[in-house]
Amino acid sequence: MSLGITLVSHVQEIITGLSALLEQVAKDVSITTAGGTNDEDIGTCMDKILQAFSENKADEILAFYDLGSAKMNLELATEMTSKKIHLYDVAFIEGAYTAATLIEAGVKLTEIEGQLEPLTLKK
Amino acid sequence: MSLTVKNVIEWMNNFSSKIEQNKQFLSDLDTAIGDGDHGFNMSRGMTAVSQKLSTEPKTITDAFKQIAMTLISTVGGASGPLYGTAFLEMAKKSSTSSDIGDLLDAALTGIKKRGGAEPGDKTMVDVWTVLVSEVKTNTLTQEKIDSAVAATKDLVAKKGRASYLGERSKGHVDPGSQSSGYLFKALLETEGIL
Ligand SMILES: Nc1ncnc2c1ncn2[C@@H]1O[C@H](COP(=O)(O)OP(=O)(O)O)[C@@H](O)[C@H]1O
Ligand SMILES: [Mg+2]
Repeated sequence: MSLGITLVSHVQEIITGLSALLEQVAKDVSITTAGGTNDEDIGTCMDKILQAFSENKADEILAFYDLGSAKMNLELATEMTSKKIHLYDVAFIEGAYTAATLIEAGVKLTEIEGQLEPLTLKK
Repeated sequence: MSLTVKNVIEWMNNFSSKIEQNKQFLSDLDTAIGDGDHGFNMSRGMTAVSQKLSTEPKTITDAFKQIAMTLISTVGGASGPLYGTAFLEMAKKSSTSSDIGDLLDAALTGIKKRGGAEPGDKTMVDVWTVLVSEVKTNTLTQEKIDSAVAATKDLVAKKGRASYLGERSKGHVDPGSQSSGYLFKALLETEGIL
């Protein structure tokens, strides 16, 4: 059972940058992204999130997002995929970075969640 | 009275034309306390819905499901998953009830669950909460719709983008509440549903 990461942002460039940051420390972790709307505007899109879930090589995914409306689309996508998705209301960059480094180090999910806990934000 | 595929389509086409006529106004409301896209988001979504419904769905459940999925994939902003969830819940409920009050009640529960907002948070939940109960008691009027929308003006936003403004969100009508007002107005105008 492997763990992967999906990043969801209103802006494509944000996750392009964030993936670069994560890949540097987590070369073996499958990281997939969904940025912007269908017509490449600012926003989020459930279809893109579903695709990011299915493109992810892992069967269990830790998902991180920027603003509240991304969470709504993430939850909708979570209800429509067969993969196991864990959604975290944590600081976007710090949370994703924490998860990426710990997955790369082979740390178990429960322990990763313990490390994410203090990064929780009211989103 | 009762729901039919035909009057659901009429309701949606009416809603769509209200959105179209007021898309600039809705986006202006969103400029004041958000990112200025609500009217354009809803216009994109409802244009796609009208297009989709031009092929008549077989059942009311199918119709609501198609409306939901179209809004979810085309709207883009927070209003996409929120309206999408509302219609998805109406689709589910419509397999066991054809009462519009029951369906709208299920929709409101879905919106609250999806966005985590409660009445008073200055979101569409405020308008839906008041107007769904008016529908249930058969007392929905244009005045009640207008006053429910206007009541969002003096609230401080607790959810959505406007919440980042805190106290400064006061003094502006909530855009999603305004568009929800159009949805209920279109419902009121559609013969045979209420
Ligand atoms: N968490 C929420 N719960 C309920 N309604 C919300 C929530 N967040 C936003 N809304 C509604 O959505 C409207 C904004 O929609 P829109 O501008 O299309 O999306 P965005 O805020 O992503 O740009 C708000 O005016 C509000 O009525
Ligand atoms: Mg907006």
